[in-house]
Amino acid sequence: MCLFSFLVVIIFSFAFGTDLQVYNGMVPGILWVAFIFSGLLGLNRSFGTERDKGTLSGLLLCPVAPWEIFLAKMIGTLIFTTIMEIFTFLVFIILYNQNVLPFLVPLSLVIFLGTLGFSIVGTIFSAMSSATKARDVILSILVFPISVPVIIASVKATGLILEGRSIQTVYAWLKILVAFDMVFLLLAYLTFSHIMEE
Amino acid sequence: MTPKRITKIIFELFTFVMMLLALYAIFFYAPVEKTMGLVQKIFYIHVPAAFIAFLAFFITFAASILYLVKKDNQWDLIALCSAEIGIIFCTIVLVTGPIWAKPVWNVWWTWDPRLTTTLILWFIYVAYLMLRGVVGENKKANFSAVFGIIGFVNVPLTFFAIRLWRTIHPVMITSRGINISGPMKDTLALTFSAFCLLFIFLLLTRMRLEKMKRATETVIAMFEERHHF
Repeated sequence: MCLFSFLVVIIFSFAFGTDLQVYNGMVPGILWVAFIFSGLLGLNRSFGTERDKGTLSGLLLCPVAPWEIFLAKMIGTLIFTTIMEIFTFLVFIILYNQNVLPFLVPLSLVIFLGTLGFSIVGTIFSAMSSATKARDVILSILVFPISVPVIIASVKATGLILEGRSIQTVYAWLKILVAFDMVFLLLAYLTFSHIMEE
Repeated sequence: MTPKRITKIIFELFTFVMMLLALYAIFFYAPVEKTMGLVQKIFYIHVPAAFIAFLAFFITFAASILYLVKKDNQWDLIALCSAEIGIIFCTIVLVTGPIWAKPVWNVWWTWDPRLTTTLILWFIYVAYLMLRGVVGENKKANFSAVFGIIGFVNVPLTFFAIRLWRTIHPVMITSRGINISGPMKDTLALTFSAFCLLFIFLLLTRMRLEKMKRATETVIAMFEERHHF
Protein backbone atom coordinates (compact mmCIF):
# COMPACT_ATOMS: atom_id res chain seq x y z
CA MET A 1 0.00 0.00 0.00
CA CYS A 2 2.72 2.47 1.06
CA LEU A 3 4.99 1.45 -1.79
CA PHE A 4 2.17 1.89 -4.27
CA SER A 5 1.37 5.40 -3.05
CA PHE A 6 5.08 6.38 -3.15
CA LEU A 7 5.09 5.24 -6.76
CA VAL A 8 1.97 7.27 -7.57
CA VAL A 9 3.55 10.40 -6.10
CA ILE A 10 6.81 9.77 -7.97
CA ILE A 11 5.12 8.97 -11.28
CA PHE A 12 3.19 12.23 -11.08
CA SER A 13 6.39 14.16 -10.58
CA PHE A 14 7.85 12.41 -13.65
CA ALA A 15 4.71 13.09 -15.66
CA PHE A 16 4.55 16.81 -14.91
CA GLY A 17 8.24 17.47 -14.30
CA THR A 18 9.15 21.03 -13.49
CA ASP A 19 5.64 22.33 -14.37
CA LEU A 20 4.66 21.56 -10.80
CA GLN A 21 6.84 24.34 -9.48
CA VAL A 22 4.84 26.75 -11.61
CA TYR A 23 1.32 25.33 -11.14
CA ASN A 24 1.12 24.62 -7.46
CA GLY A 25 -2.65 24.10 -7.83
CA MET A 26 -2.18 20.53 -9.04
CA VAL A 27 -0.34 19.41 -5.92
CA PRO A 28 -3.31 18.64 -3.60
CA GLY A 29 -4.90 16.64 -6.41
CA ILE A 30 -1.80 14.46 -6.72
CA LEU A 31 -1.73 13.87 -2.98
CA TRP A 32 -5.37 12.73 -2.92
CA VAL A 33 -5.03 10.56 -6.02
CA ALA A 34 -2.20 8.75 -4.22
CA PHE A 35 -4.32 8.41 -1.06
CA ILE A 36 -7.45 7.18 -2.82
CA PHE A 37 -5.74 4.72 -5.17
CA SER A 38 -3.62 3.17 -2.44
CA GLY A 39 -6.56 3.16 -0.06
CA LEU A 40 -8.54 1.20 -2.62
CA LEU A 41 -5.71 -1.32 -2.80
CA GLY A 42 -6.00 -1.90 0.93
CA LEU A 43 -9.79 -2.09 0.79
CA ASN A 44 -9.62 -4.89 -1.74
CA ARG A 45 -8.11 -7.09 0.94
CA SER A 46 -10.28 -5.85 3.79
CA PHE A 47 -12.96 -8.53 3.36
CA GLY A 48 -11.53 -10.76 0.65
CA THR A 49 -9.33 -13.15 2.65
CA GLU A 50 -11.83 -13.27 5.50
CA ARG A 51 -14.55 -14.47 3.20
CA ASP A 52 -12.25 -17.02 1.54
CA LYS A 53 -11.01 -18.53 4.78
CA GLY A 54 -14.39 -18.55 6.52
CA THR A 55 -13.40 -15.96 9.16
CA LEU A 56 -16.39 -13.85 8.20
CA SER A 57 -18.84 -16.66 9.00
CA GLY A 58 -17.10 -17.03 12.35
CA LEU A 59 -17.45 -13.30 13.01
CA LEU A 60 -21.13 -13.42 12.15
CA LEU A 61 -21.61 -16.28 14.63
CA CYS A 62 -20.12 -14.12 17.41
CA PRO A 63 -22.64 -12.38 19.66
CA VAL A 64 -22.07 -8.97 18.06
CA ALA A 65 -24.30 -6.96 15.76
CA PRO A 66 -23.30 -6.70 12.06
CA TRP A 67 -23.05 -2.97 12.65
CA GLU A 68 -20.30 -3.59 15.23
CA ILE A 69 -18.40 -5.75 12.74
CA PHE A 70 -18.71 -2.87 10.30
CA LEU A 71 -17.36 -0.36 12.81
CA ALA A 72 -14.42 -2.60 13.67
CA LYS A 73 -13.54 -3.18 10.01
CA MET A 74 -13.95 0.49 9.23
CA ILE A 75 -11.67 1.59 12.09
CA GLY A 76 -9.11 -1.00 10.97
CA THR A 77 -9.18 0.38 7.44
CA LEU A 78 -8.97 3.91 8.79
CA ILE A 79 -5.86 3.12 10.86
CA PHE A 80 -4.03 1.37 8.04
CA THR A 81 -4.95 4.05 5.53
CA THR A 82 -3.81 6.76 7.95
CA ILE A 83 -0.42 5.07 8.44
CA MET A 84 -0.04 4.85 4.66
CA GLU A 85 -1.01 8.52 4.36
CA ILE A 86 1.56 9.65 6.94
CA PHE A 87 4.37 7.97 5.00
CA THR A 88 3.06 9.22 1.66
CA PHE A 89 2.81 12.69 3.09
CA LEU A 90 6.47 12.65 4.15
CA VAL A 91 7.56 11.60 0.66
CA PHE A 92 5.21 14.21 -0.79
CA ILE A 93 6.70 17.04 1.34
CA ILE A 94 10.22 16.13 0.26
CA LEU A 95 9.52 15.64 -3.45
CA TYR A 96 7.16 18.57 -3.94
CA ASN A 97 9.00 20.96 -1.66
CA GLN A 98 5.94 21.90 0.38
CA ASN A 99 6.06 23.92 3.55
CA VAL A 100 3.37 22.31 5.69
CA LEU A 101 4.52 22.91 9.29
CA PRO A 102 2.36 26.00 9.95
CA PHE A 103 -0.77 24.25 8.58
CA LEU A 104 -0.30 20.87 10.19
CA VAL A 105 -3.41 20.98 12.41
CA PRO A 106 -6.05 22.04 9.83
CA LEU A 107 -4.42 19.76 7.27
CA SER A 108 -4.63 16.73 9.57
CA LEU A 109 -8.28 17.54 10.23
CA VAL A 110 -9.10 17.61 6.50
CA ILE A 111 -7.13 14.43 5.83
CA PHE A 112 -8.79 12.69 8.77
CA LEU A 113 -12.33 13.65 7.69
CA GLY A 114 -11.66 12.74 4.07
CA THR A 115 -10.09 9.41 4.97
CA LEU A 116 -12.96 8.66 7.34
CA GLY A 117 -15.53 9.22 4.59
CA PHE A 118 -13.53 7.14 2.15
CA SER A 119 -13.13 4.32 4.71
CA ILE A 120 -16.86 4.25 5.52
CA VAL A 121 -17.92 4.03 1.87
CA GLY A 122 -15.03 1.68 1.09
CA THR A 123 -15.86 -0.75 3.90
CA ILE A 124 -19.51 -1.00 2.86
CA PHE A 125 -18.55 -1.74 -0.74
CA SER A 126 -15.64 -3.98 0.18
CA ALA A 127 -18.11 -6.18 2.08
CA MET A 128 -20.23 -6.28 -1.07
CA SER A 129 -17.50 -6.77 -3.65
CA SER A 130 -15.81 -9.60 -1.69
CA ALA A 131 -18.95 -11.68 -2.33
CA THR A 132 -18.77 -11.19 -6.10
CA LYS A 133 -16.82 -12.77 -8.92
CA ALA A 134 -15.02 -9.61 -10.08
CA ARG A 135 -13.78 -8.19 -6.76
CA ASP A 136 -11.18 -5.55 -7.70
CA VAL A 137 -13.00 -4.15 -10.68
CA ILE A 138 -16.40 -3.92 -9.04
CA LEU A 139 -14.96 -2.28 -5.91
CA SER A 140 -13.48 0.63 -7.83
CA ILE A 141 -16.61 1.00 -9.95
CA LEU A 142 -18.74 1.24 -6.80
CA VAL A 143 -16.42 3.40 -4.69
CA PHE A 144 -15.36 6.12 -7.14
CA PRO A 145 -18.75 7.60 -8.14
CA ILE A 146 -19.97 7.57 -4.55
CA SER A 147 -16.83 9.18 -3.12
CA VAL A 148 -16.91 12.13 -5.56
CA PRO A 149 -18.05 14.62 -2.86
CA VAL A 150 -15.26 13.47 -0.52
CA ILE A 151 -12.62 13.76 -3.23
CA ILE A 152 -13.74 17.22 -4.36
CA ALA A 153 -14.05 18.57 -0.82
CA SER A 154 -10.75 17.09 0.37
CA VAL A 155 -8.76 18.27 -2.65
CA LYS A 156 -10.22 21.78 -2.47
CA ALA A 157 -9.75 22.07 1.29
CA THR A 158 -6.17 20.76 1.10
CA GLY A 159 -5.43 23.22 -1.70
CA LEU A 160 -6.81 26.18 0.23
CA ILE A 161 -4.86 25.25 3.35
CA LEU A 162 -1.60 24.78 1.45
CA GLU A 163 -2.08 28.21 -0.14
CA GLY A 164 -2.09 29.56 3.40
CA ARG A 165 -5.72 30.72 3.48
CA SER A 166 -7.49 31.05 6.82
CA ILE A 167 -9.62 28.29 8.27
CA GLN A 168 -12.82 30.26 7.47
CA THR A 169 -12.40 29.74 3.71
CA VAL A 170 -12.13 25.99 4.25
CA TYR A 171 -15.19 25.92 6.47
CA ALA A 172 -17.72 25.18 3.67
CA TRP A 173 -15.69 22.20 2.47
CA LEU A 174 -15.30 20.87 6.01
CA LYS A 175 -19.08 21.01 6.38
CA ILE A 176 -19.49 18.82 3.28
CA LEU A 177 -16.94 16.34 4.61
CA VAL A 178 -18.65 16.13 8.01
CA ALA A 179 -22.08 15.79 6.37
CA PHE A 180 -20.79 13.01 4.11
CA ASP A 181 -19.22 11.12 7.02
CA MET A 182 -22.36 11.37 9.12
CA VAL A 183 -24.80 10.45 6.36
CA PHE A 184 -22.82 7.39 5.34
CA LEU A 185 -22.23 6.23 8.92
CA LEU A 186 -25.98 6.37 9.40
CA LEU A 187 -26.60 4.50 6.14
CA ALA A 188 -24.05 1.84 7.11
CA TYR A 189 -25.78 1.49 10.47
CA LEU A 190 -29.15 1.00 8.78
CA THR A 191 -28.12 -1.30 5.93
CA PHE A 192 -25.04 -3.28 6.96
CA SER A 193 -27.03 -6.19 8.42
CA HIS A 194 -28.61 -6.69 4.98
CA ILE A 195 -25.19 -6.95 3.35
CA MET A 196 -24.04 -9.55 5.86
CA GLU A 197 -27.19 -11.64 5.43
CA GLU A 198 -26.35 -15.04 3.93
CA MET B 1 -59.81 -10.29 -25.11
CA THR B 2 -59.87 -9.50 -21.42
CA PRO B 3 -60.70 -5.95 -20.27
CA LYS B 4 -57.17 -5.70 -18.85
CA ARG B 5 -55.69 -6.33 -22.27
CA ILE B 6 -58.00 -3.82 -23.93
CA THR B 7 -57.00 -1.16 -21.39
CA LYS B 8 -53.38 -1.97 -22.11
CA ILE B 9 -53.80 -1.56 -25.86
CA ILE B 10 -55.69 1.70 -25.43
CA PHE B 11 -52.95 2.98 -23.13
CA GLU B 12 -50.24 2.02 -25.62
CA LEU B 13 -52.07 3.70 -28.49
CA PHE B 14 -52.59 6.81 -26.39
CA THR B 15 -48.86 6.95 -25.54
CA PHE B 16 -48.01 6.58 -29.23
CA VAL B 17 -50.39 9.40 -30.26
CA MET B 18 -49.05 11.64 -27.49
CA MET B 19 -45.46 11.07 -28.62
CA LEU B 20 -46.44 11.97 -32.20
CA LEU B 21 -48.26 15.06 -30.97
CA ALA B 22 -45.21 16.03 -28.92
CA LEU B 23 -43.00 15.73 -32.01
CA TYR B 24 -45.46 17.83 -34.04
CA ALA B 25 -45.55 20.47 -31.32
CA ILE B 26 -41.77 20.61 -31.08
CA PHE B 27 -41.19 21.11 -34.79
CA PHE B 28 -44.29 22.97 -36.01
CA TYR B 29 -46.11 24.58 -33.11
CA ALA B 30 -43.30 25.91 -30.93
CA PRO B 31 -41.72 29.14 -32.30
CA VAL B 32 -38.02 29.32 -33.16
CA GLU B 33 -36.13 30.96 -30.33
CA LYS B 34 -34.67 34.39 -31.18
CA THR B 35 -31.04 34.16 -30.06
CA MET B 36 -30.37 30.43 -29.97
CA GLY B 37 -32.28 29.47 -33.12
CA LEU B 38 -33.33 25.95 -34.03
CA VAL B 39 -30.98 24.26 -31.56
CA GLN B 40 -33.17 25.48 -28.72
CA LYS B 41 -35.77 22.86 -29.74
CA ILE B 42 -33.61 20.16 -28.17
CA PHE B 43 -34.73 21.66 -24.87
CA TYR B 44 -38.15 19.97 -25.26
CA ILE B 45 -36.46 16.57 -25.23
CA HIS B 46 -33.69 17.42 -22.79
CA VAL B 47 -35.77 18.74 -19.90
CA PRO B 48 -38.47 16.01 -19.80
CA ALA B 49 -35.77 13.33 -20.22
CA ALA B 50 -33.88 14.79 -17.24
CA PHE B 51 -37.07 14.81 -15.21
CA ILE B 52 -37.86 11.18 -16.13
CA ALA B 53 -34.30 10.09 -15.32
CA PHE B 54 -34.53 11.60 -11.83
CA LEU B 55 -38.03 10.16 -11.37
CA ALA B 56 -36.83 6.70 -12.41
CA PHE B 57 -33.87 6.83 -10.02
CA PHE B 58 -36.14 8.03 -7.26
CA ILE B 59 -38.44 5.03 -7.90
CA THR B 60 -35.38 2.76 -7.67
CA PHE B 61 -34.48 4.42 -4.36
CA ALA B 62 -37.99 4.06 -2.91
CA ALA B 63 -38.37 0.48 -4.15
CA SER B 64 -34.96 -0.39 -2.66
CA ILE B 65 -36.06 0.85 0.77
CA LEU B 66 -39.34 -1.04 0.49
CA TYR B 67 -37.45 -4.18 -0.50
CA LEU B 68 -35.18 -4.01 2.56
CA VAL B 69 -38.20 -3.45 4.80
CA LYS B 70 -40.55 -6.03 3.29
CA LYS B 71 -38.15 -8.47 1.56
CA ASP B 72 -40.65 -8.88 -1.26
CA ASN B 73 -39.04 -9.63 -4.65
CA GLN B 74 -41.67 -7.49 -6.36
CA TRP B 75 -39.88 -4.36 -5.09
CA ASP B 76 -36.52 -5.60 -6.28
CA LEU B 77 -38.03 -6.09 -9.72
CA ILE B 78 -39.40 -2.54 -9.80
CA ALA B 79 -36.05 -1.13 -8.62
CA LEU B 80 -34.15 -2.95 -11.37
CA CYS B 81 -36.52 -2.05 -14.20
CA SER B 82 -36.74 1.59 -13.14
CA ALA B 83 -32.94 1.89 -12.90
CA GLU B 84 -32.51 0.51 -16.42
CA ILE B 85 -35.00 2.98 -17.91
CA GLY B 86 -33.44 5.76 -15.84
CA ILE B 87 -30.06 5.06 -17.44
CA ILE B 88 -31.59 5.33 -20.92
CA PHE B 89 -33.12 8.72 -20.17
CA CYS B 90 -29.98 9.85 -18.37
CA THR B 91 -27.99 8.95 -21.50
CA ILE B 92 -30.44 10.99 -23.60
CA VAL B 93 -29.87 13.96 -21.27
CA LEU B 94 -26.09 13.60 -21.47
CA VAL B 95 -26.16 13.37 -25.27
CA THR B 96 -28.65 16.18 -25.99
CA GLY B 97 -27.00 18.52 -23.47
CA PRO B 98 -23.64 18.88 -25.26
CA ILE B 99 -25.38 19.17 -28.67
CA TRP B 100 -27.18 22.22 -27.32
CA ALA B 101 -24.23 23.52 -25.33
CA LYS B 102 -21.71 23.63 -28.21
CA PRO B 103 -23.39 26.43 -30.23
CA VAL B 104 -24.76 28.25 -27.15
CA TRP B 105 -21.93 28.05 -24.59
CA ASN B 106 -19.26 27.37 -27.23
CA VAL B 107 -18.08 24.25 -25.34
CA TRP B 108 -19.42 20.70 -25.31
CA TRP B 109 -19.01 20.23 -21.62
CA THR B 110 -18.46 22.27 -18.49
CA TRP B 111 -18.09 21.16 -14.86
CA ASP B 112 -21.35 22.72 -13.79
CA PRO B 113 -23.18 21.17 -10.77
CA ARG B 114 -26.14 19.91 -12.79
CA LEU B 115 -24.04 18.45 -15.60
CA THR B 116 -21.58 16.84 -13.25
CA THR B 117 -24.27 15.47 -10.95
CA THR B 118 -26.08 13.93 -13.92
CA LEU B 119 -22.84 12.36 -15.14
CA ILE B 120 -22.11 10.94 -11.67
CA LEU B 121 -25.71 9.67 -11.50
CA TRP B 122 -25.15 7.86 -14.77
CA PHE B 123 -21.98 6.24 -13.41
CA ILE B 124 -23.74 5.25 -10.18
CA TYR B 125 -26.60 3.47 -11.91
CA VAL B 126 -24.37 1.77 -14.46
CA ALA B 127 -22.43 0.51 -11.43
CA TYR B 128 -25.77 -0.61 -9.98
CA LEU B 129 -26.44 -2.77 -13.03
CA MET B 130 -22.86 -4.09 -13.09
CA LEU B 131 -23.13 -5.04 -9.42
CA ARG B 132 -26.28 -7.01 -10.20
CA GLY B 133 -24.38 -8.78 -12.95
CA VAL B 134 -21.60 -10.14 -10.72
CA VAL B 135 -23.43 -10.97 -7.47
CA GLY B 136 -24.82 -14.45 -6.80
CA GLU B 137 -28.61 -14.92 -6.84
CA ASN B 138 -28.98 -15.16 -3.06
CA LYS B 139 -27.37 -11.76 -2.41
CA LYS B 140 -28.35 -9.87 -5.56
CA ALA B 141 -31.52 -8.21 -4.28
CA ASN B 142 -30.01 -7.20 -0.91
CA PHE B 143 -26.80 -5.75 -2.34
CA SER B 144 -28.48 -3.83 -5.11
CA ALA B 145 -31.09 -2.44 -2.71
CA VAL B 146 -28.34 -1.13 -0.41
CA PHE B 147 -26.49 0.35 -3.37
CA GLY B 148 -29.72 1.83 -4.75
CA ILE B 149 -30.21 3.69 -1.46
CA ILE B 150 -26.58 4.81 -1.08
CA GLY B 151 -26.42 5.96 -4.69
CA PHE B 152 -29.46 8.17 -4.40
CA VAL B 153 -28.58 9.66 -1.00
CA ASN B 154 -25.20 10.58 -2.47
CA VAL B 155 -26.78 12.81 -5.14
CA PRO B 156 -27.50 15.93 -3.02
CA LEU B 157 -24.03 15.69 -1.44
CA THR B 158 -22.42 15.57 -4.88
CA PHE B 159 -24.58 18.45 -6.02
CA PHE B 160 -23.65 20.70 -3.09
CA ALA B 161 -19.99 19.81 -3.35
CA ILE B 162 -19.93 20.84 -6.99
CA ARG B 163 -22.15 23.89 -6.45
CA LEU B 164 -19.38 25.52 -4.47
CA TRP B 165 -17.90 26.08 -7.92
CA ARG B 166 -19.52 28.47 -10.39
CA THR B 167 -22.73 27.53 -12.21
CA ILE B 168 -23.77 28.54 -15.77
CA HIS B 169 -26.64 26.14 -16.43
CA PRO B 170 -29.76 28.13 -17.42
CA VAL B 171 -32.42 28.03 -14.73
CA MET B 172 -35.69 27.52 -16.59
CA ILE B 173 -37.97 26.42 -13.79
CA THR B 174 -37.62 28.56 -10.68
CA SER B 175 -39.76 28.83 -7.55
CA ARG B 176 -41.62 31.71 -9.23
CA GLY B 177 -42.71 29.69 -12.27
CA ILE B 178 -41.40 28.81 -15.69
CA ASN B 179 -39.17 31.33 -17.48
CA ILE B 180 -40.52 30.83 -21.02
CA SER B 181 -43.34 32.13 -23.23
CA GLY B 182 -46.83 30.72 -24.10
CA PRO B 183 -46.47 28.29 -27.03
CA MET B 184 -43.09 27.15 -25.70
CA LYS B 185 -44.64 26.43 -22.33
CA ASP B 186 -47.48 24.45 -24.00
CA THR B 187 -45.00 22.40 -26.02
CA LEU B 188 -42.98 21.67 -22.92
CA ALA B 189 -46.11 20.59 -21.02
CA LEU B 190 -47.07 18.32 -23.90
CA THR B 191 -43.63 16.70 -24.16
CA PHE B 192 -43.57 16.31 -20.39
CA SER B 193 -46.85 14.37 -20.41
CA ALA B 194 -45.78 12.33 -23.43
CA PHE B 195 -42.48 11.39 -21.76
CA CYS B 196 -44.27 10.47 -18.53
CA LEU B 197 -46.60 8.18 -20.47
CA LEU B 198 -43.65 6.71 -22.34
CA PHE B 199 -41.91 6.08 -19.03
CA ILE B 200 -44.92 4.29 -17.55
CA PHE B 201 -45.28 2.26 -20.73
CA LEU B 202 -41.59 1.28 -20.73
CA LEU B 203 -41.62 0.47 -17.02
CA LEU B 204 -44.69 -1.78 -17.30
CA THR B 205 -43.34 -3.55 -20.39
CA ARG B 206 -39.92 -4.06 -18.83
CA MET B 207 -41.48 -5.38 -15.62
CA ARG B 208 -43.63 -7.84 -17.56
CA LEU B 209 -40.51 -9.06 -19.37
CA GLU B 210 -38.52 -9.42 -16.16
CA LYS B 211 -41.41 -11.31 -14.51
CA MET B 212 -41.52 -13.72 -17.44
CA LYS B 213 -37.73 -14.12 -17.26
CA ARG B 214 -37.86 -14.95 -13.56
CA ALA B 215 -40.78 -17.34 -14.04
CA THR B 216 -38.88 -19.14 -16.83
CA GLU B 217 -35.81 -19.41 -14.61
CA THR B 218 -37.90 -20.96 -11.84
CA VAL B 219 -39.40 -23.47 -14.28
CA ILE B 220 -35.95 -24.41 -15.62
CA ALA B 221 -34.60 -24.80 -12.08
CA MET B 222 -37.53 -27.08 -11.18
CA PHE B 223 -37.05 -29.11 -14.35
CA GLU B 224 -33.32 -29.58 -13.67
CA GLU B 225 -34.02 -30.62 -10.10
CA ARG B 226 -36.40 -33.32 -11.31
CA HIS B 227 -33.85 -34.71 -13.78
CA HIS B 228 -31.35 -35.28 -11.00
CA PHE B 229 -33.67 -37.72 -9.32
